[in-house]
Amino acid sequence: MSILVDKNTKVIVQGITGSAGTFHAGQCQDYGTQIVAGAVPGKGGETWQNPSGKGSAPVFDTMREAREATGANASLIFVPPPFAADAILEAIDAEIELCVVITEGIPVMDMLKVRRVIDGQTTTRVIGPNCPGVITPDQCKMGIMPGHIHRPGKVGVVSKSGTLTYEAVGQVTALGMGQTTAVGIGGDPINGTGFIEILEMFEADPETAGIIMIGEIGGAAEEQAAAWIKDNFTKPVAGFIAGVTAPPGKRMGHAGAIISGGQGTAAAKIEALQAAGAKIAPTPSDMGKTIQALLS
Amino acid sequence: MNIHEYQAKEVFRRYGIPTPQGIPAFSVAEATEAAKRLIHDTDNQVVVVKAQIHAGGRGKAGGVKVVKGAAAAEAAAKELLGKVLVTKQTGPEGKKVQRLYVEQGLAIKTECYLAAAVDRESKRIVIMASSEGGVDIEEVAEKHPEKIHKIFVDPAIGLMPYQTRSLAYGLGLSKKAQKSFGKLLGALAKLFVEEDCSIAEVNPMIVTEADDCVALDAKINFDGNGAFRHPGWEDLRDLAEEAQTETEAREAGLSYIQLDGNIGCLVNGAGLAMSTMDTIQHYGGQPANFLDVGGGASQEAVTKAFRIILRSHSVKGIFVNIFGGIMKCDIIANGVVAATKELGLEVPLVVRLAGTNVEKGKAILAESGLNITPADTMAEGAQKIVELAGKVA
Repeated sequence: MSILVDKNTKVIVQGITGSAGTFHAGQCQDYGTQIVAGAVPGKGGETWQNPSGKGSAPVFDTMREAREATGANASLIFVPPPFAADAILEAIDAEIELCVVITEGIPVMDMLKVRRVIDGQTTTRVIGPNCPGVITPDQCKMGIMPGHIHRPGKVGVVSKSGTLTYEAVGQVTALGMGQTTAVGIGGDPINGTGFIEILEMFEADPETAGIIMIGEIGGAAEEQAAAWIKDNFTKPVAGFIAGVTAPPGKRMGHAGAIISGGQGTAAAKIEALQAAGAKIAPTPSDMGKTIQALLS
Repeated sequence: MNIHEYQAKEVFRRYGIPTPQGIPAFSVAEATEAAKRLIHDTDNQVVVVKAQIHAGGRGKAGGVKVVKGAAAAEAAAKELLGKVLVTKQTGPEGKKVQRLYVEQGLAIKTECYLAAAVDRESKRIVIMASSEGGVDIEEVAEKHPEKIHKIFVDPAIGLMPYQTRSLAYGLGLSKKAQKSFGKLLGALAKLFVEEDCSIAEVNPMIVTEADDCVALDAKINFDGNGAFRHPGWEDLRDLAEEAQTETEAREAGLSYIQLDGNIGCLVNGAGLAMSTMDTIQHYGGQPANFLDVGGGASQEAVTKAFRIILRSHSVKGIFVNIFGGIMKCDIIANGVVAATKELGLEVPLVVRLAGTNVEKGKAILAESGLNITPADTMAEGAQKIVELAGKVA
């Protein structure tokens, strides 16, 4: 078992003809992911060739055509920031079940509108933006993470930070364990899916024995997740929060501080997670050992 | 991205938000001339000379002078220009005043706090108002949260009249002032969205003797991700407000923040960069910077990053920490080797590589013949660089 993606996931890559899109679609396909189509306005009828020479996929002008022609249930977005909100909304309109947005640099004003649409429907789950994606080892890689550091196993990983996710995964694998699924939710102020929704899925997944949760300073998502964990999550949690020593930023005005109301510091997040029973890794090099100790 | 008060007020005026008459000044002579003109135009001797820096808390730090007459304005300008202002929001090093804004003085009946911001929790634009203007608003928020009135604007619907009314009632405005406030708030909500703001703050918004609402101060922070829609932002940038290295880094596509320590860091990914700093401190060292080379940095970007790190003379060692995903370790290794040779690196260098093409990367470093200390984990690398560069008390 796993969450979000498995060997049956059929993926359309939006922006497959761009340089990032074509490279990573190839990497995903080489990993074993079913890349069934590309969607790029104006490029309908063309055929995408995997740079490795090991495969290809038809390109369609619209998401709806691509889905109807291939029976795809997921989309992976590499569309540049000015057009990314449009691409996400097109995926939702095409009733794709899972939409993973890799694009970095989408204006927050665009994401506010996209999130409004996400909240008004139940068909499509959006992961990201500005995230490494989702991977279920040996089954489906939907993202830009290095596939070879992953191994099937019992640890779920959920993280705001891309490279720290790799760090956690690499340690888990090096210790002889593996992952059910690793999910990067992205660190943007407004995203498609938060910690709690992923934790709910890990809780329901019988294969996942425990999780590593990686947060960052800013916002209150970790505090809210901690409160949810306390009441609802029955599996061991190893936590890490990046930014313990980050100097308080130079800032303008008071609005940010008034909204956050004392939440958002690394200390507040660590305290909340510990109160929920999570074990915090003292350094980022200890994330793997921390979950190993909890599971043994 | 931050802009100055006088620039924010130009944006306000474009959307019809009332502001006092004012003139920016870059020298004492310009400030004196501006004061004379305002006194003549408004038939009022009172003018306000305001330091323009990218930080709040200017009033309490002596950066705002209310004076009578052009001579007094000249004296105030002389005192402020070139002065280093240390406010609650500048950090201890303060900010040097290089621009002034001279404004007409207005008779104030009441002062309010008004701000719009993106709220992560509600996924809405939050607009906050409080009649407790003029005092420390963060303290009010902490001790008397009920005195901060908030509305949440649905991005699909926009600001509704009932929301405006609820803030106006919350502020206890007169009938006439309510009308004026409604216009101001509508304009603020519109500009916030159209101009891709992340914060727009009016502290204070005043009610005049004539019951008109006027933005006495203006702070705008733009969402940098929206820059592609706003070519005009480049002209609003004040490079004097940024450290030179930070400007250079931005132009090279690197995210860089200068810090006080002695260990330079070069990392991919913001979370990893932050936790690299955390790990260095965990082992008793002090990072000299935060530097995220991003997802797909080239060899040139790595060389540029080294150059920027070495610009700081306090750097006694460099720690490169890369977990290759998109970024391939061999490319980073080539960049490190090229930069080390080109810059004739004299300080110790610890390189930790992991992820995509790690073996190729390690081989390139080993075969380079350069004095590079390899490390397999972040903790090991941090320990080694702290030993080599020396701990900081």
